[in-house]
Amino acid sequence: MAAPVLRSGFPGRRWALAWIDDCSRLRSGSQIGPISNWARRQSSVAQPSLHTAQKPRKGEHKWAAVVGLEIHAQISSNSKLFSGAQVCFAAPPNSLVSYFDASLPGTLPVLNRRCVEAAVMAGLALNCHINKKSLFDRKHYFYSDLPAGYQITQQRLPIATNGHLTYSIYLGKKHSQVTTKTVRIKQIQLEQDSGKSLHDDLRSQTLIDLNRAGIGLLEVVLEPDLCCGEEAALAVRELQLILQALGASQANMAEGQLRVDANISVHHPGEALGVRTEVKNLNSLRFLAKAIDYEIQRQITELENGGEILNETRSFDYKRGCTMPMRDKEGKQDYRFMPEPNLPPLVLYDDTSVPPDADPQQVISIDRLRDMLPELPSATRERLVQQYGMLPEHSFALLNEVGLLEFFQNVIKETRAEPKKVTNWVLNTFLCYLKHQNLAVSESPVTPSALAELLDLLDSKAISSSAAKQVFEELWRGEGKTAAQIVSEQQLELIQDEEALEELCQATIEGHPQVVSICNGSQFFVCNKGPRDTCPQTLPQKGWPSPTNPSLCVSG
Amino acid sequence: MLGRTLREVSSALKQGHITPTELCKKCLSLIKKTKYLNAYITVSEEVALKQAEESEKRYKQGQSLGDLDGIPVAVKDNFSTSGIETTCASNMLKGYLPPYNATVVQRLLDQGALLMGKTNLDEFAMGSGSTDGVFGPVKNPWTYSKQYRERSRQDAQEDSHWLITGGSSGGSAAAVAAFTCFAALGSDTGGSTRNPAAHCGTVGFKPSYGLVSRHGLIPLVNSMDVPGIFTRCVDDTAIVLGVLAGHDPKDSTTVNDPVKPTTLPSVPDVSGLCIGIPKEYLVPELSSEIRSLWSQAADLFEAEGARVIEVCLPHTCYSIVCYHVLCTSEVASNMARFDGLQYGHRSAVDMSSTEALYAATRQEGFNDVVKGRILSGNFFLLKENYENYFVKAQKVRRLIVNDFVNVFGSGVDVLLTPTTLTQAVPYLEFIKEDNRTRSAQDDIFTQAVNMAGLPAVNVPVALSSQGLPIGLQLIGRAFCDQQLLTVAKWFEKQVQFPVIQLQDLMDDGSLVPENGKLTSGSLTQ
Repeated sequence: MAAPVLRSGFPGRRWALAWIDDCSRLRSGSQIGPISNWARRQSSVAQPSLHTAQKPRKGEHKWAAVVGLEIHAQISSNSKLFSGAQVCFAAPPNSLVSYFDASLPGTLPVLNRRCVEAAVMAGLALNCHINKKSLFDRKHYFYSDLPAGYQITQQRLPIATNGHLTYSIYLGKKHSQVTTKTVRIKQIQLEQDSGKSLHDDLRSQTLIDLNRAGIGLLEVVLEPDLCCGEEAALAVRELQLILQALGASQANMAEGQLRVDANISVHHPGEALGVRTEVKNLNSLRFLAKAIDYEIQRQITELENGGEILNETRSFDYKRGCTMPMRDKEGKQDYRFMPEPNLPPLVLYDDTSVPPDADPQQVISIDRLRDMLPELPSATRERLVQQYGMLPEHSFALLNEVGLLEFFQNVIKETRAEPKKVTNWVLNTFLCYLKHQNLAVSESPVTPSALAELLDLLDSKAISSSAAKQVFEELWRGEGKTAAQIVSEQQLELIQDEEALEELCQATIEGHPQVVSICNGSQFFVCNKGPRDTCPQTLPQKGWPSPTNPSLCVSG
Repeated sequence: MLGRTLREVSSALKQGHITPTELCKKCLSLIKKTKYLNAYITVSEEVALKQAEESEKRYKQGQSLGDLDGIPVAVKDNFSTSGIETTCASNMLKGYLPPYNATVVQRLLDQGALLMGKTNLDEFAMGSGSTDGVFGPVKNPWTYSKQYRERSRQDAQEDSHWLITGGSSGGSAAAVAAFTCFAALGSDTGGSTRNPAAHCGTVGFKPSYGLVSRHGLIPLVNSMDVPGIFTRCVDDTAIVLGVLAGHDPKDSTTVNDPVKPTTLPSVPDVSGLCIGIPKEYLVPELSSEIRSLWSQAADLFEAEGARVIEVCLPHTCYSIVCYHVLCTSEVASNMARFDGLQYGHRSAVDMSSTEALYAATRQEGFNDVVKGRILSGNFFLLKENYENYFVKAQKVRRLIVNDFVNVFGSGVDVLLTPTTLTQAVPYLEFIKEDNRTRSAQDDIFTQAVNMAGLPAVNVPVALSSQGLPIGLQLIGRAFCDQQLLTVAKWFEKQVQFPVIQLQDLMDDGSLVPENGKLTSGSLTQ
């Protein structure tokens, strides 16, 4: 038995294995046994491990889960990977199909430069080694939305290898602490997407849409370093943010631009890895986490009941919340990989290796692309913490909502209020309104300017914080009024004059002799009486969320 | 006029001695008369006449597009032709109308060439006899030549002993040999251009891999396929190559280097050249006549001042089996797209599943040769066999390439070899062996060239004792196609190969050779 191998991402620090049964979330992962035991997809015909999963020993309850992901991200490009057909989501079926995409005989692939650049930038951002020479291969299988009978991918020598992705995980009951973990990246390969099949069971037919066939994909293959659904979801989320920051992919999971296959197995620590299953085509972070956690538990239950795990492909039924075997993928698949003879090796250069007479149109320089890398999410978060003194979890929240960071920065630019105030307002009030009405930042009726003005009024003590919330609610109606106008119309200004305040208090006392006599004999506070009777012009507008009504409190 | 070379006819068109329409009609008429050869699958009469009309206008306005304007050409039926049926001589693609032109077809048409039709072939270009297409075999025009009939004492009415053309581009070779067009496109994967050129007495040229676009050529083996050129003389090949050669953005394997115009010197000079004779090519199966001609050819070069040396290509004996593994593997892959969904044949049998549809369609659409290669190729590509067969074959291929690199690196300019083992054989004799055995035998001198991506050309040299054409092959350095054709031109002039005399056609005056006399060859049988 091979000695256990622990990840050394944090020298001097070891992650203790957690009992799956005892907590809802694992906080660490480990890989036991030689790395070569973990086979990639094309080895799905490999013999199951010589050490099949051990029957659980009596009294032994510890299980370790091993999760590896294959993430397919559609590349943001005007045209497809190997043809000139346009890329556009939700176009009419089969309206964006070139002769090559339909595999008309005699047509040949021509590589899209933009897709290569996107792959290189992704590789650099994920700390990969960029292979100056990479090769294309054919992966054969018969499927009705794969017109050529094979997919062009990179199996022997992908464009990028041996990277790592750092993601953050929340600790503690209130998720108030953030720590980082790292998952190794085995490789990034360029490949073409397949078409889409829609099965019509009523008429026993399948409809095929080839608009998606041939779109460029980045397949990011993670090493099996993850141990639960939450870790997987967080890692994928971070990858998503990176790809979006690069512009390499919009990575919108709802539009199928990011899809995940998860390879999952369980074993007892110190023993050989178990037989794994693959759950395919997960297209939301929530389903990804649920599918993985379900599959882990299913495998444990199966093994503890004396059953065995099949090396099979499964899909996630999100309505029932469980994984199901995929009928189409029964049996072993031999993809009969072969070099793609119509594509020469893809050769990249750096500043030292570019031939002097090279045509700039034909040459891709890794160093040039490295120089063009934008700020990545982790660097952005660090900058926010440094620049505005915000908490790390707040920097995460700002980056997690599309467009929210830009909104925040625009508000900061226009207001005198201190950044912490802005952060609170954006993350609590503003984001809360967005979530409640299921709006994107870009759909917000409140502009950064409007919020900035409101915060200035608050900062200069022209209004109270409760009045500010009233104003915000009014702004949200989108009637075009400025914050100052709303304050003026509704007389929400704070009263600064001591004499006026004294008169107001005296009038309240004189108007309620009975209440006063009660207070004199007790220590209770009496609230919500005065303003309604004596100041009708300050009555708040009803709406949601309803802030506490301003009031004067009288104590004996 | 139909018996002239392309260059001569081009000149006649420019001088107004004949019009494109007249020329086109003569060709169409001859195509009908020679229908028994089965050289053409599709005759694009309307297209050709329309093109001829447009060409005629250009000549009248003095705006000729070039040397090919108004010249009738034919194209092997595995090149995509927009709106014209393209079948690969297979049931799988019967009725298939491509929506685009192959690059090489487009370049011919852009120069004003007239597309007379699509020529016959072995199904999906798999074969060495052009006998295995679904439209029936191609007959060698030399079967009906005066030279052959006189010496074989065949009864003119007897047709059961007709000769094969060689393959897989037998239709293109026959079309050129029978004067129905002045140039034709073939494809060459293991010798499919040079082999039928040798048997039909035409020039058959295989360019360097990467010099000419493969876009639109329905592939057999992508890493070896190239468009090939059939003509009556080497100068004509140079003209066509000049039109076809050059980078194509639609084919990523074409080279980017700017193409020099392919002009051959009017008086080629081979003195100072080094001619290599590969000793491994002297095989027992080589006919004594061809061996003798090969030797005499070497003497010709030597007499002219060229240095003729024996060279060694040590991995030649592994070439044919290596070719078989790589060829069938790529075939298995390339044939995967024929599933009956997007285009082509779809089985009419009611289908319970997609897999059943695939199986029935492919069973019905492919002949046994194609199915056999698919099964072999998939076997070699299986994960458990990949290293032992495919990867090993690739390594052997590298050794074969290095053999040529070493020979050319040592100072050899051109290799001189046989093209075929024998002259064309009767069909009844040909079919005694199966397709695979035949192909292995018949490609023996030609397929290593495809493995190495080199240019090579068949030059018709002499008539055999039975009055049939015998050709020899010249192999050049990669991308030195012009030099190769220069040497070929010199050689062609030396041997003075005779023009075919087709009895029936000559009798009605369709063909009037410029030189009425039968030219005596310099070489003796």
